[in-house]
Amino acid sequence: MHIVVCVKQVPNTTQVRINPETNTLIRDGVESIMNPFDENALEMALQLKEKHPGTKVTVVTMGPPQAVDILKEAVGRGADAVVLLSDRAFAGSDTWATSYALSTAIGKLEKPDLVLFGKQAIDGDTAQVGPGVAVWLGMPCITYARAIEIADGEATVERLYEDGYEKLAVSLPCALTVLKEANVPRMASLRGKMAAKKLVIEPMTAEMSGADPAKLGLNASPTRVVKIFSPPPKAGGVKWQGEEPEVMAQRLVDLLRERKLV
Amino acid sequence: MALKIDLDLCTGCGACVATCPFGALSQRAEDGKVDVNEACTACGACVDVCPVGALTLEVADRSAMAAEAEQYRGLWVYAEQRAGQLQDVTLELLGQGRTLADKLGVELSAVLLGHQVRGLGDKLFEYGADKVYLVDHPALENYTAEPYAEAMSALVRKYKPEALLAGATSIGRGFIARVAIQVNAGLTADCTELDVDVEKRLLLQTRPAFGGNIMACIVCPDHRPQMATVRPKVFAPLAPVPGRTGELIEEALNLKDPVVRVLETVNAMQNEVNVAGAEFIVTGGRGVGAPENFKLLEDLADALGGAAIGASRAAVDAGWISSFHQVGQTGKTVRPKIYIACGVSGQIQHLVGMSSSDTIIAINKDPDAPIFGVADIGIVGDLFQVVPALTKALRR
Amino acid sequence: MAELNYGLSELALEIRSMVREFAEARVKPVRAELDEKGIFPTEILRELGKMDLMGLYIPVEYGGTFEGDSMPNLIAVEELSRVCIGVSVSFAANGLGADPILIGASDEQKKKYLPPLASGEKWAAYALTEPNAGSDAGAIRTTAVKKGDKYILNGTKQWITNGGEADIYTVFAVTDKNRGARGVSAFIVEKGTPGFRFGKKEDKMGIRASATRELIFEDCEVPAENLIGREGTGFIWAMKTFDVSRPGIAAQGVGLAQGALDEAVAYAKVREQFGRPIIANQGLSWLLADMATKVESARALTYAVVQSIDRGVKDYSKFSAMCKVYASDVAMQVTTDAVQVLGGYGFMREYPVEKMMRDAKILQIYEGTNQIQRDIIGLALNKEYAAAAKK
Repeated sequence: MHIVVCVKQVPNTTQVRINPETNTLIRDGVESIMNPFDENALEMALQLKEKHPGTKVTVVTMGPPQAVDILKEAVGRGADAVVLLSDRAFAGSDTWATSYALSTAIGKLEKPDLVLFGKQAIDGDTAQVGPGVAVWLGMPCITYARAIEIADGEATVERLYEDGYEKLAVSLPCALTVLKEANVPRMASLRGKMAAKKLVIEPMTAEMSGADPAKLGLNASPTRVVKIFSPPPKAGGVKWQGEEPEVMAQRLVDLLRERKLV
Repeated sequence: MALKIDLDLCTGCGACVATCPFGALSQRAEDGKVDVNEACTACGACVDVCPVGALTLEVADRSAMAAEAEQYRGLWVYAEQRAGQLQDVTLELLGQGRTLADKLGVELSAVLLGHQVRGLGDKLFEYGADKVYLVDHPALENYTAEPYAEAMSALVRKYKPEALLAGATSIGRGFIARVAIQVNAGLTADCTELDVDVEKRLLLQTRPAFGGNIMACIVCPDHRPQMATVRPKVFAPLAPVPGRTGELIEEALNLKDPVVRVLETVNAMQNEVNVAGAEFIVTGGRGVGAPENFKLLEDLADALGGAAIGASRAAVDAGWISSFHQVGQTGKTVRPKIYIACGVSGQIQHLVGMSSSDTIIAINKDPDAPIFGVADIGIVGDLFQVVPALTKALRR
Repeated sequence: MAELNYGLSELALEIRSMVREFAEARVKPVRAELDEKGIFPTEILRELGKMDLMGLYIPVEYGGTFEGDSMPNLIAVEELSRVCIGVSVSFAANGLGADPILIGASDEQKKKYLPPLASGEKWAAYALTEPNAGSDAGAIRTTAVKKGDKYILNGTKQWITNGGEADIYTVFAVTDKNRGARGVSAFIVEKGTPGFRFGKKEDKMGIRASATRELIFEDCEVPAENLIGREGTGFIWAMKTFDVSRPGIAAQGVGLAQGALDEAVAYAKVREQFGRPIIANQGLSWLLADMATKVESARALTYAVVQSIDRGVKDYSKFSAMCKVYASDVAMQVTTDAVQVLGGYGFMREYPVEKMMRDAKILQIYEGTNQIQRDIIGLALNKEYAAAAKK
């Protein structure tokens, strides 16, 4: 079995803050990490590899040259091969152009049985690239997957929805977007890290991927960001402190009753 | 469109580098002049700050596309139904869709996909739809992305709407992303504000990015339809007009059998109140400390007459409660009448999911917790004392 | 943070960052629960195995990654100890159990038993102590009687770390009761051997995540090929094991003390009394300064001992004892001081220093009490100075 996992390098958004004076993101000191949901996708692939000997896991990312860091991390954890899709031509791609570009890179690989994505990336939160790549590759896609089992070329997948989950069956190949609930991502092993250190990763350019230049980058992206701004701060209300809990609790209940909220 | 840098003009002052929200600009080591990398989205923030006018946005010629865009008219809302039940977000979108359609002077249509769901059409008219496009087909009985996307794409190609809205639900986000590729359209995910530029006929789509730290307004200048998924609970439905009706257009499509088969559906929330539609929510965060302590919150929920139990990401990640209860950026967006946050610090990722609640009450022992910044009433205290006291006071 | 340059290898530095990250991510969130409920860290050890960290002390030819540098393993112990020594002792006890094999076993025995330990598939334990043979290890009563191609073991081992959890046990038993310590032999006994069962699990003051258990041998038949070395060499393997394992206890002390110092300083910077952070009080900042100085000197001594052993220094029993006694005393002092710095909060289970102080006590007791260590140092001084006088 050949499993392709698409990963993205993202700023750790939990560390991102806004400079209130300039209204811009403060990126200093914000580390770049593998998108956390992509870690779950990679872990799902590695667990499948353990269960099904002979499985090969290839990790693909599109990004600037420094995105090799997350590919090395993936090798440290047990990925067999990596692809860095990197070219100025991809600059400014939205989800439409990104999913096209990724699909051309995957098209250059041995035909995958399974293509995995994280549920969404924590910087953009679109959740659109996984389903988009699946369309370009002509595959079905199951979003929000939390478990998978594979037997006889067929996958049984648990897909989460708002109130519960569904058990779905699909013939391979297919694409999946993976939830955090799916697993706890492993950490890189010592031997994996040593292998990753020695690894030299040559980027795959737009030309090498065979992509149609008209479908790449900002010019091929249907959407445009026209304005960036800080969310309007919501003013806090009253704050009670330093009193007995019972007193504050009673006052709150009185207030809610007065406003006829309870 | 792309960012052009006139290196002869650039003085290497660095003003643009600090302004770029995407970290796409840097100063070259050799001469300090500015360089742009792949992260650039041509948002234009840097163009405005450059003191010497060295930065410009180069606009590509898209007149051909613009002409084609002219053929697209009307605003569509995907009418999401599950097991024959219309979802609240559909009615919310019809409410906002009505406003936008009226501004644009076009019809508002709902797209109903399913099997034996024709009966739902009346409700869509009552809530503001002028037209309902119906595809009723056995392949659409259970939601799976492929036939749903196939049906929607076929309708879009034939009837050419200028905008298409869907709920940012597991279903909406799942198949609309396929449609966007199939019909070669732009799609903006998870919007929290929608408006239109009437003159340019553009849908102004605003959504949080970077975990809610910034808001981005996105448009789709040339491609049609302009597509967006919209978060549940950010818009309110219109009051229904009983007897209001419209035109139902049934489209007979030849759909393939679904490639994904639904074997089983398990409702995990059967005996619990779902946070997504709840009027009262009691949420526990890291401060709750252990799974068994959610009992205190359940008692309070019970005293409120059946509130839903919510949870912050910290509580879900710790394994104290299932993710069905999660509120926030990666969980559900809620808008209850009363939201009581117990031991929730109030990370931005949580706030984006609940800050539009009518009344927010926060209980936290850290007086500096960010949750107090959005709370209408904040109680600085130990939740293990305050919550039981609240429960007691409510029961009195 | 500023740090001294101990000339650590690239591998040792890599291990430090790996284990530090692992301990923060995997151990810290669960340490209080493991401690409170006395849960053995099975998942944690399994994961360490998958990360190739269980074989840091096992030579490459037997499936590990050891190539003459003992620091990576020592630092792994230190970094785990910084977060929880209940976990670090469960990790390190594998090395203790395997040491008699590494030191005294045949190549064939090594090939059989070391690779699964290196991969983390199997775990080891060291079984010497008995109810009446603690510091006086020569007084053990468990017997091994040769019968054909087997030894028949009878007796009870007490307080065995990893007891019940480990798969491979190095067990010391008397083969000739007339020869005292020279009548002791070491055996490899596998879990599941008929006649070998586990007794009660101890309820302890500290290191509560670790398993400390009785081993009971009732006519337990062990293949004769499982004898380590020759009959009567067991006590040599036991003592040589201690010489190399005691720096591991020292590393636990260094790590634990560092963890307590980290907590104390962090707290002192944010806790405000009388309108300023308490670290602004000289009395308190001097206490922290002394704590930090002790931690670094304990680390320097421990690293120096291990690096010297690696460089071939002979007669290191004294130095092994020195680092064990010093670092464990430092751990006890620094954790006690950390509780003091946190005041009332330090005494509460909500903060980790309370556990750290309880945990520290065992370091002064196990693998030879600190009194025994001082005996070893004193004895060595006596001998060395007598030899010097003769010259």
